[in-house]
Amino acid sequence: MARVGSALGEAQHVLNACSDRYHFTVGLAAAVTLGRVSLLPPTHTAQVTRQLRAFAPDAICLTDTPALETQLPQVAYPCACDVARQDSPVAQIEPGRLTAYVFTSGSTGTPVPYRKSWGPLVSSVQESNRRLGLADGRQWSIVATVPPQHQYGLEASVLMPLVGGHALCGERPFYPADIAATLGTLPRPRALISTPVHLRALVGSDIALPATDLIVSATAPLTRQLASEVERRYDTRVMEIYGSTETGQIAARRPAREAQWRLWPGIRLSRHGEETWAEGGHVEQPTRLCDVLELTGTGRFLLHGRLSDLVNIAGKRNSLAYLNHQLISIPGVLDGAFFHCDESRATHTHVSRVAACVVAPTLDPEQLLRELRERIDAAFLPRPLLFVARLPRNATGKLTQQALQALAAAHLKNDVA
Amino acid sequence: MSEPLSPRKQSPASGAHAALAAEVAALIVGALNLDVAPSQIDPGAPLYGEGLGLDSIDILEIALVVSKQYGVQLRADSSENERIFGSLRQLVEYISAHRTK
Repeated sequence: MARVGSALGEAQHVLNACSDRYHFTVGLAAAVTLGRVSLLPPTHTAQVTRQLRAFAPDAICLTDTPALETQLPQVAYPCACDVARQDSPVAQIEPGRLTAYVFTSGSTGTPVPYRKSWGPLVSSVQESNRRLGLADGRQWSIVATVPPQHQYGLEASVLMPLVGGHALCGERPFYPADIAATLGTLPRPRALISTPVHLRALVGSDIALPATDLIVSATAPLTRQLASEVERRYDTRVMEIYGSTETGQIAARRPAREAQWRLWPGIRLSRHGEETWAEGGHVEQPTRLCDVLELTGTGRFLLHGRLSDLVNIAGKRNSLAYLNHQLISIPGVLDGAFFHCDESRATHTHVSRVAACVVAPTLDPEQLLRELRERIDAAFLPRPLLFVARLPRNATGKLTQQALQALAAAHLKNDVA
Repeated sequence: MSEPLSPRKQSPASGAHAALAAEVAALIVGALNLDVAPSQIDPGAPLYGEGLGLDSIDILEIALVVSKQYGVQLRADSSENERIFGSLRQLVEYISAHRTK
């Protein structure tokens, strides 16, 4: 940790892009101990890292992957060879210390920062240790398929082991066979931190999993059916977490058994029309949630789906407004809009993509996609991408989802014919 | 001294490979709802990133349908992975060598 700390130099802000979870954790710990702030954007596209530099001009990028391209000066994670073990005093970190900025894709096309202070992060994770059943005095082995840079991965796969005294795993297994293999290398009790997409792939692959004592899912709704199947197949308990980048985790449930969610202590929800706001507890400022919630009792709610502007693809979140902004900013694009495609086109892992219509007579699809790749996460690249003469705006210039979907349907029918 | 491969020994293999390639291309297009005909996929072009432009979510989906169809369980040895998904041709070779169905 001392070597990482000195590698950070004078930079007050660090984009921690380490892909190995252990390296990420040491980097985060070094930063927070020295009073530096870690930057955790949703993606590391060229444009986002440029915007980060505008946000924090002294920002550097800590990475363990030499081929990584960012617009920031890079600092390589030091190799572990020849490091003499030193006993250093345990760092005292006051609750108010700013630990990180996480960012969401706002409607203006610029990522929006949210402060994460040490105290609220730790207290929320102490609660998840309890809620998920990891505060039983045993040291758990925690394996995750999610990256440590996102709020869920940060809480469940980095902070929960740190705060709960459990073992974290540097690897990030991807294929079902890898998940099984990684779990098998670690002692029980074991916990798997994952998402519905990966759980579907696991079940679909028919692979045998080593005894896993807890499986946690988040980032997109898990159906009771899939949760029950996972519990049955792997003789395990499945817990689900609800939260957001802005608020962090705020509720949990056992999806095979209950539909209702139970809030973390101190968190209060309030409805304002269609919107639900969260505040209190570890939520550092009143925050609007991106889903439609029905409050069913003290500290409980039901989830009724996303607000219409929101896009969630395999657990990655974005907004149509942000995506539209990126599309229209491309030179040569005269008009354009993203929209939700027909849900019946979803895949085996239940992923449906977002589509886009664009008016760009001087561009070809490859050029447009290349420009988009610089600006947005690959998960949101439009499928299909339709070049049209004109978008179906009404008299007041408004564009509805229905009008876009009708245009797409007509276009695709013409292609087939 | 080893014998050179006779032409007769090569053609059945490449014929079977061509059929498998068409099958895998159709599997990918169907599984991912791609708006491209299977025959339009350039066998030598990259699948991931550029070329067909697939991302990691697609790769997971392909791994799922490939395991169901051919019984092949993909593993992420990082150097292997780039090779396996380097092109349709490479994916087909991998499946051909490891299939159990």
